[in-house]
Amino acid sequence: MEFIFIAKVLLVLAILAISLLVATYTTYAERKVAAFLQDRVGPDRAGPMGIFQPFMDAAKMFMKEEIFPKDSNKFLFILGPALAMLTACMTSAVIPWSKDITLMGHRIPLQVANINIGVLYVFGVVSLGVYGIMIGGWSSNNKYSLLGAIRASSQMISYELAMGLSLIAILIMSGSLDLKDIVEKQHGFWTGSYFSWNFFRAPLSFLIFIICAFAECNRAPFDLAECESELIGGYHTEYSSMKLGLYLFAEYVNMFISSALISALFFGGYNFPFMDSIGNENAVAIIGLCVFFAKTFFFMFVYLWVRWTLPRFRYDQLMRLGWQYLLPLAIFNILVVGAIIMWRMM
Amino acid sequence: MQLTNRAKPVEKKAMNFSERIYLPAIMKGMSITFRHMFKKEPTIRYPEQKRDFSPVYRGVHILKRDENGAERCTACGLCALSCPAEAITMTAAERQPGEENLYREEKYASKYEINMLRCIFCGLCEEACPKEAIFLSNSIAMSNYGRKDFIYGKDRLVEPVSPPAEHVNNFEEVRREKWLSDTGREK
Ligand code: SF4
Ligand code: SF4
Repeated sequence: MEFIFIAKVLLVLAILAISLLVATYTTYAERKVAAFLQDRVGPDRAGPMGIFQPFMDAAKMFMKEEIFPKDSNKFLFILGPALAMLTACMTSAVIPWSKDITLMGHRIPLQVANINIGVLYVFGVVSLGVYGIMIGGWSSNNKYSLLGAIRASSQMISYELAMGLSLIAILIMSGSLDLKDIVEKQHGFWTGSYFSWNFFRAPLSFLIFIICAFAECNRAPFDLAECESELIGGYHTEYSSMKLGLYLFAEYVNMFISSALISALFFGGYNFPFMDSIGNENAVAIIGLCVFFAKTFFFMFVYLWVRWTLPRFRYDQLMRLGWQYLLPLAIFNILVVGAIIMWRMM
Repeated sequence: MQLTNRAKPVEKKAMNFSERIYLPAIMKGMSITFRHMFKKEPTIRYPEQKRDFSPVYRGVHILKRDENGAERCTACGLCALSCPAEAITMTAAERQPGEENLYREEKYASKYEINMLRCIFCGLCEEACPKEAIFLSNSIAMSNYGRKDFIYGKDRLVEPVSPPAEHVNNFEEVRREKWLSDTGREK
């Protein structure tokens, strides 16, 4: 019992550290990928290839002067970025990083909380994330911040619907809300007659989900909440120092978690082809962990790639896409998947 | 009425289905940006590498010396007069006996200043000079922390005695070399 407890605590710390580290280096990757896509070099002065750049940036953020706008609500002003960061980190709790590892006769699950409503938990926490932005934008007492916050919250609320509906098809197929179950159902790569990964079974769900994930993370082409060219910085216009850093950082943590979620829900998580031909269970778990991270990093690259390719949507286009196209499409998708499953059961 | 026959009538066709769902266009765009990942970047990493300028590049001024090492400028003021940006000021002085090796003419500029923030690097001063004393070199103006530092005096304009007769104003070069050796970078 004690052993398991210690292992859990270590796992929580490790996941927190890893998601922060990954987020730190995503800022670096973002600048490098942007540079490469635009035939530039990117940061290359701090250390070889500029790999210390993120730490320099963090040090800079910490050292900057902290400015509180006059007439802002100080408590809420601080609460905003704190909430954004907190909710960003909380989501990682239910993600199944790999199969259980057996160590000294104990089975250690590589998942912080194996709750049977994992998917619901993720949605709950993600929708809390809008509070961080809303509170921050409102308490800044600035028009641009408020506009950015309103845009962000209406965008997140609209896209959450389509996102949730697109997942229902997956839930019908796996018959569970438990993320671990959903991943286990996609075991290997090939089940007798067809691919086992959900991407191949419900590609439309994947399409809707990834579009909504972009919108939920406020990433380009849906970065209307920040929207430098119209709203200065959007909801974090008035923020400075590490409070701004936390907002920016939360975005990258969100990106990491949503990439992990996409690979768990649609690309088999830690499953990989020919995993049954490896006898040792621990080896499978460790390779699975690496595979999972490789998939996650790939989707993070997609995030960056899309950002530096596509222009931003207009606000009315965004709303039209969310309500008039994605929502009906998601419902249609549920019908199709449901019909196929019914047909196969008969 | 058409002035040239290059005008194209604007066509505004309704988008077809594949255009309306955007996805093919998005894929195309993403493949274009992805291909750029492997292109060689044309970046010149400045302090380590330097690009070559064309021989007629108009950079920072240099006040030349003659073959004996005496300053050629005679403080006639034609350069200042021709300067459209009014960037040049000077004070004239008379050459004393025994200074023949320093100044070529009987009158010389005891003070000669160019304000590099005013200068537009047009090269008219070079054109106007009857003594072939001022030239625009192929080195770029340095960056400085204060505006005062952009007023270049004789200390930075006159060609150094050694190494002789090199047609560069090498203050930039000196600073660049110092930076490279300070930070331990390779050239
Ligand atoms: S280059 Fe043109 S602007 Fe500059 S000092 Fe000479 S004449 Fe004046
Ligand atoms: S640089 Fe030439 S034009 Fe200008 S004052 Fe000297 S001699 Fe005259």
